[in-house]
Amino acid sequence: MIEAHGLVKTYAGRLALRGVDVRAAAGEIVAIAGPNGAGKTTLLRILASLARPSAGSVRIAGMELPGQGPAVRRRIGFLSHSPLVYPDLSGEENLSFYGRLYGIPNMRERVVLGLRAAGLEDVGRDPVRSYSRGMQQRLGLTRALLHAPSVLLLDEPYANLDTEGRESLDRTLRIFAEEGGCVLMTSHDLDRLEGVADRVEGMALGRMERPARIGLKVRHG
Amino acid sequence: MAEIVSAPAHAAARPVGLLRAASAILWKDVAAEWRSREIVSGMAVFGLLVLLLFHFTLELEVQRQPSLTAGAVWVALAFAGTLGLSRSLAREIDRGSLDGLLLAPADRSAIFFGKMGANLLFVWLAAAILLPVTSVLYNVPLLQPAVIGIVALGTLGYVSIGTLLSAMAAQARTRELLLPILLFPIIVPLLVAGAKATEAVLAGLAWAGLAPWVNIMLAFDGIFLSAAWMVFEYVVEE
Repeated sequence: MIEAHGLVKTYAGRLALRGVDVRAAAGEIVAIAGPNGAGKTTLLRILASLARPSAGSVRIAGMELPGQGPAVRRRIGFLSHSPLVYPDLSGEENLSFYGRLYGIPNMRERVVLGLRAAGLEDVGRDPVRSYSRGMQQRLGLTRALLHAPSVLLLDEPYANLDTEGRESLDRTLRIFAEEGGCVLMTSHDLDRLEGVADRVEGMALGRMERPARIGLKVRHG
Repeated sequence: MAEIVSAPAHAAARPVGLLRAASAILWKDVAAEWRSREIVSGMAVFGLLVLLLFHFTLELEVQRQPSLTAGAVWVALAFAGTLGLSRSLAREIDRGSLDGLLLAPADRSAIFFGKMGANLLFVWLAAAILLPVTSVLYNVPLLQPAVIGIVALGTLGYVSIGTLLSAMAAQARTRELLLPILLFPIIVPLLVAGAKATEAVLAGLAWAGLAPWVNIMLAFDGIFLSAAWMVFEYVVEE
């Protein structure tokens, strides 16, 4: 479902990615672990069509980037460090906005379901700026799932979540994969990644590496 | 959280047209502005201050000089508009929400049209406050359909190119400085044409006296709008 070959990304003459190959199949949860500056975020941004690679190719759900960008983006759910929500709008308004932007047919129903799933139904009409960071992250995850994507790209999704939120996210990802979805995620929390991922890859200095080579001790990988 | 994953598959997103995506972004910006009231109030106050400064520093009998009044109005609109334009994309970038717009399954020019539509609406709201105040302060009849039409026409081109340049400037550290430096030299012909057309109306000239300036505004609106539309996607992408 995700196939990337030879990805190179240069920022102002500095190589952020040095020929990265990534594959993830339908029904699979793949985690990428590595130190800061390894290029994990850059890789996810390229796969989400938020950045163009300097070289290399990307296919998501059989479609090529950047050529089929809008069709690919319809199938992607993306969550980064930022939940991508608007603090002046309420949780409900944020989800409604994204529902319109994605052309979701049964939007009203999905928004109500999303708020309930995130445990935010009681505060759905409050401005997001009054939410805790954990609540904002849960809203961000709901936003990423609202349009029923088949690929989830998650950059440090456990950030700001409490224990209950982390466990809820793990359950969600497992169900998502069981239903044929594909997850590619990054995190510093190796124990957490190992608990949920089918495969853990390592990344350092813009290259994919065996986890053991970069000092990551994983049970499977 | 799992409930939303297990929901029926017919929830999947559909292709989204340019107009639909742009109107969603416009709605979002208007709703956010309605809550915060940051942009329009800031533009209106700043525009009023510019008009007051002109009024007190020039100390001329401006009611006899339509050119001064017209010039003051257009300079106030340009200065005030820059405040709103500089916040438009900068807010999205600062809070990281621009990525949310870029992820939409639509042509990325929808972001341009949504943002431009919201900026245009905010500038028109500021103009709706500035024009009556100028009419009273300078004792000139600015509230007439021809002047309102000229302001609407001139601000269309100004906001089009301003939205593009604000997206470019928003990614720089010195964006507050950069936007006016990039924007003002480019919009000089539009400002001059707007001021001259307004002056012609205030002086009571016939359509023949007004037409050349209106034509210039139309030409610049077309150029700015199409150039911004074509380039915007490459500016907002990394």
